[in-house]
Amino acid sequence: MLNLALTLAFGLVAAAVGLSLYRLLRGPSAPDRILALDTLYINTIALLVLLGIQLASPLYFEAALLIALMGFVGTVALSKYLLRGDIIE
Amino acid sequence: MNPLIEAALALLVLAGALFTFVGSLGLFRLQDFYTRLHAPTKATTLGVGSLLIASALFFSLQGPGLSLHEILITLFLFITAPVSAHLLAKAALHQRLPSLAKLPESQEDKSDQGA
Amino acid sequence: MKRWLPHPLFTLMLALVWLLLQNSLAFGQILLGLLLGWAIPRFTIAFWPDRVEVHRPWLLLRFVLVFLYDVLVANLTVARLILWQEPEQMHPVFVTVPLDLREELAISLLANVICLTPGTVSAHLSEDRRSLLVHALDSKDPEAVIASIKQRYEAPLKEIFAC
Repeated sequence: MLNLALTLAFGLVAAAVGLSLYRLLRGPSAPDRILALDTLYINTIALLVLLGIQLASPLYFEAALLIALMGFVGTVALSKYLLRGDIIE
Repeated sequence: MNPLIEAALALLVLAGALFTFVGSLGLFRLQDFYTRLHAPTKATTLGVGSLLIASALFFSLQGPGLSLHEILITLFLFITAPVSAHLLAKAALHQRLPSLAKLPESQEDKSDQGA
Repeated sequence: MKRWLPHPLFTLMLALVWLLLQNSLAFGQILLGLLLGWAIPRFTIAFWPDRVEVHRPWLLLRFVLVFLYDVLVANLTVARLILWQEPEQMHPVFVTVPLDLREELAISLLANVICLTPGTVSAHLSEDRRSLLVHALDSKDPEAVIASIKQRYEAPLKEIFAC
């Protein structure tokens, strides 16, 4: 049962990645693309957690945590750039 | 594994994936940037949240002891999701992106210290 | 006391985060966590804004529970809107919420809470910190949005931080 649920979940999250990718490529504006990138980070975290359960390996947790941290920093830096035209003040 | 617990796990995993999917669907489907902003910030916190609860449950049952470090990611996402949403909304307002709602008059004219 | 243990609550929180990160409850890890939790606030206190005091801890706990419940409702509402509402028929709107809060931390808490609760994202804090611009996803009655934010989130925060 869990295996079936995991397979379905992989499908759903993969579809989510596809939809975010569409928004990332299509735009139309820069904030839209940043938002799509942020959503992609979150989708990736979901994928890694699912993979960790599927393979019964706790190693994927670290990767998910790092992506959460770095993704946030990236989003903030990009939005700051749009706001000020400069990242480091 | 106890079938009852396995069912609960399967349900959590499915619900999490479903909410993650709905978040991206909103990003794909909605009409203007400001409404699109709502979809990923909301739907994904619960989506990833329930996936992480499932993961914590799974590893607690499997490993030698409790595994609660998944809470850290959930906590972190709860703190960061609103911050990035707020900053993106600010950036969009700064660029005067077209909106379905009536845009408020510019906040930037008064001073440049917006951030 | 204040000099050597500037933020007792913060110390506990850092120790807890350390334990979660290590995923262990070994005695050595608890000791190391407490040490880090003591040292980090002690040596960074000079960079911090003014300290705030939590006046009503129990109210804070109740606020957190209300908040968690609202996050759940928010997710279901937004999911329903995305899945079944025609995008053309939504009524997004910008509203300006006048603020009664004065404490910086309370304002940023309010802005964060607004982002995670039903159909609203905070977009801009005015220069004089007197009003917050909020974008609502689907609302025909802007006054009701303002009233619910003020009554449900701002009033308890005001009491908790007594400002």
